Amino acid sequence: MSKVLIEAHNVGKQYGQDIILEHVNTTVHEGEFITLVGASGCGKSTFLKMILGIDQPSSGKLLLNGESMPEEPGSDRGIVFQQYSVFPHMTVLDNVIAAKGFQKASLTGYLFGKDKREAKQAATDILTQVGLSHALDRYPHELSGGMKQRLAIAQAIICKPRILLLDEPFGALDPGIRADMHALILDLWKKHKLTIFMVTHDLKEGFYLGTRLWVFDKLRHDPQAPNAYGASITYDLPVGETHDQLYQQIDDRIRPKPAPIHAFTDTMETTP
Amino acid sequence: MKKLINYAPSSTSTILLGLLPFALLLLLYVMSSEARLAINPNDKLLPSLGQMGDAMYRLAFEPSRRTGELVFWQDTLSSLMRLGAGVAIAALFGLLVGLLTGALPILFASLAPLLTVVSLIPPLAILPILFIIIGLGEASKITLIAIGVAPFIARDLQRRTQEIPSEQLVKAQTLGASTSQILISVLLPQVMPKLIDAIRLSLGTGWLFLIAAEAISSTDGLGYRIFLVRRYMSMDIILPYVAWITLLAFLIDYLLSTLNKRLYPWSTEGKA
Repeated sequence: MSKVLIEAHNVGKQYGQDIILEHVNTTVHEGEFITLVGASGCGKSTFLKMILGIDQPSSGKLLLNGESMPEEPGSDRGIVFQQYSVFPHMTVLDNVIAAKGFQKASLTGYLFGKDKREAKQAATDILTQVGLSHALDRYPHELSGGMKQRLAIAQAIICKPRILLLDEPFGALDPGIRADMHALILDLWKKHKLTIFMVTHDLKEGFYLGTRLWVFDKLRHDPQAPNAYGASITYDLPVGETHDQLYQQIDDRIRPKPAPIHAFTDTMETTP
Repeated sequence: MKKLINYAPSSTSTILLGLLPFALLLLLYVMSSEARLAINPNDKLLPSLGQMGDAMYRLAFEPSRRTGELVFWQDTLSSLMRLGAGVAIAALFGLLVGLLTGALPILFASLAPLLTVVSLIPPLAILPILFIIIGLGEASKITLIAIGVAPFIARDLQRRTQEIPSEQLVKAQTLGASTSQILISVLLPQVMPKLIDAIRLSLGTGWLFLIAAEAISSTDGLGYRIFLVRRYMSMDIILPYVAWITLLAFLIDYLLSTLNKRLYPWSTEGKA
């Protein structure tokens, strides 16, 4: 097995009285593609934010390469959010060139001369890889949702991060475009030897992509105080060996149940 | 018959409808003026268009017997210089303070309360202080405009900076950006169009302070002239001057708005 990248020892997170996560224990090796699924508010995004460095565990230990996770974002951990991931004031090409510029220790982040030419070449290459070579001079507001996400991914990839974090990156996209994006992300994952964490609402997506699926859910539940207990990783499944029955079971758990229909008709009838 | 709320005028009739109130006001003025002048040809309150034209011709094209200057143009130049200098200083200060306090929580914590208090001081109330400290010359007038406008611009830009989605700041950091790189190449370009908007909004206030300062202490300027000729009830000068100031204000606003669209084509469209 390859090198251990991230370890979580009894990681917990609470905001005030609300306990979001508790007793998260896990180990992630280099090159894994992990999808995180769970109901809304179950802490999967919180866990992603901890890896990103914009949120810290309130208890337990989260380690990166055996050392404490840095308390701020860094260039070893790339991110693609659902939206606002690209810079609206730069063209597609400039967005990626800027990412190159940030790599250099300079005051402004702008590149000149030879550096600029090299960055432009590298940016064009990576944009061709993600299928945006025809839109280099467009501004983000002129792009479709799928194209914006392609750009955000290109930006992240050009910095050669070891870990790529995807926070519901395809949540706002049409199903057809989603399939294209899945192919793209799998391709980049293999080509650039990334370790990927992807939060998704779509369980199918979770089972289709990646090598490992985490289901976040509460182990204990107190109906009087829904926030008294936090969620943890309740299923940690290798992708590709799951029974339909278990799939259905997980699906039922993470999807909010539809309200019983007769409840509505009852109230309808009592209304004059 | 369509509902009134659905009845939109065509583009030509929009222009005509817009011009109609102006034409009506002008007509009303000409009729009232003629009526008054018919009773008393020496009436000064509502001079005819011809009288105003004569008075303005003298000020604009005949050198003043006292100073040898073309009074009207000299007034315009002086006023625009003062307004321009004052607003430029305010814009620079506002951009710097707004951007830095909006972007850096430490500076926000230490300066935001002070900025709020300073913005509540009525600038005209401290005009005597300015006269005492820096005298009656150009500097005090420019300072008054700058002090009057700067807190508004600073607070506006502070808010605009804070409105930039935090996803972008996180994203830039995952691309390896330092604080100064984020300030200069992510935040600064995005608040520039907001700065121009803030200047447009504050120019009205700028004119107010300009005319007030010129009325109190000056030897030339549009505001000075209006208050000077008031003593002789020279409505034939006051009215064209007011119209000229209004036209200048309109032109500056139009110029800035065009500049904004030209320089920052990405900012007027939807968010990325």
